Amino acid sequence: MVTLDPELQTLKANLLEMIDLTKDQLTKCLHAIETNDLSATKDVIKKEERINNLELDIDKDCENILALHNPVATDLRFVLAALKISANLERIGDNSKNLADFINKNIKKSNLAILSNFNVNRMLLVAISMMDDIREAVQHDNVEIAKKIAKKDDELDETTKKALKVSTKLIQADPKNSTLVLKTYTIIRRLERIGDYIKNIAEEVVFHLDAKVIKHKKSN
Amino acid sequence: MKFIDVNEVNAFYGSNHVLKDISMEIKENTVTAFIGPSGCGKSTFLRMFNRMNDYIDGFRKEGDIRIDGKDIYKKSVKIEELRQEIGMVFQKPNPFPKSIFENAAYGLKIMGVRNKKEIQERVEKSLKKAALWDEVKDKLDKSAYSLSGGQQQRLCIARALAVKPSIILMDEPASALDPISTSKIEELITELKLQYTIVIVTHNMQQAARISDKTAFFYMGELIEFGKTSQIFTTPKNKQTENYVTGRFG
Repeated sequence: MVTLDPELQTLKANLLEMIDLTKDQLTKCLHAIETNDLSATKDVIKKEERINNLELDIDKDCENILALHNPVATDLRFVLAALKISANLERIGDNSKNLADFINKNIKKSNLAILSNFNVNRMLLVAISMMDDIREAVQHDNVEIAKKIAKKDDELDETTKKALKVSTKLIQADPKNSTLVLKTYTIIRRLERIGDYIKNIAEEVVFHLDAKVIKHKKSN
Repeated sequence: MKFIDVNEVNAFYGSNHVLKDISMEIKENTVTAFIGPSGCGKSTFLRMFNRMNDYIDGFRKEGDIRIDGKDIYKKSVKIEELRQEIGMVFQKPNPFPKSIFENAAYGLKIMGVRNKKEIQERVEKSLKKAALWDEVKDKLDKSAYSLSGGQQQRLCIARALAVKPSIILMDEPASALDPISTSKIEELITELKLQYTIVIVTHNMQQAARISDKTAFFYMGELIEFGKTSQIFTTPKNKQTENYVTGRFG
């Protein structure tokens, strides 16, 4: 029986490239906010297509492996996980693009100042750190690091909850800002979703490596 | 219900210890697949269920095998009767150089059934059970060799069924057949399971996954893992099993 290893290695390499690109999108968004550098956000918008294409490549790889090799056990779990991981990464890419659009349109200092009320930078830093963990987990089959990712997501959820209160206060203080505040809140929600997607990816890594389904189970 | 009960079985060919401390329970009306690399002992183990190793020089066994509660290696057991109870289908179709009808009726005649009507009825019934009747009913007097490989294998299954066994042993029954004939045999196994207990040795991993309820993985004479087929092929507990089913060794 021919082993699947070369196909699985290609699949993993594509996943890692997609993870790197996606993390890079978040890093560039943070850089743009910190430096008012529009070129970084333009790059995010441009690179999104590459992420989409990688998702299509991974879909095709998985389809071929399933059709031609009938994978079982750990191989099957990796292929199933790869399909879901790439779908989640593609959504992170979409959300990063939206974030980049927002930054582009509100790059003026006065507008970006509002972001400081919401801890957007901190949220991006957490998301980037979670992406680093995902890379380590996928590259080195590190299930322990994957299991800890949910904890980091809690911070993003908490910040999002607080952001609603902050938004209300800001609108009450100056109703003229309401559109910008609401748009900013939408961005906060997107960052919170990015955290959820990364958590989903971590759950798929655990499924692959430990054969355990941890999604939809509340952690104690 | 426990039907085949194997307790600490060891088998030897001379000084070669080919099966080591095998214990296993097989339930009635199930399909059990034995998998493992060549030389792992799975065929020897299968053949122990109808005592086909008995005449091999130097063969010796320890431990006991009970079928429906009876020790099949007890001295009082008549091998002919045992093999009537436990039919066998081999890798290569092996019909006799006789007509289709005579092949299906062979076991009955050996058993001493003389009543022509009874023989005809049982031949028809077993050919129907083996999903071959519609293809051969108009040419029962033709040579079995005129049939295709897949049809010949189903004829061999019919021949085994005619003597009303309760267990059917199959040693790679579809490995010499094309995909369509293989699919017919697999479909047949799934249907036969309702009335018989089936144990099959196969090198085709997908075949084991498709048709069996439980799978046993053997390696170097040891039973490494025995469990539900869905578990063996999704979450094997043993690393060796995982390496084997994913094609990483063997």
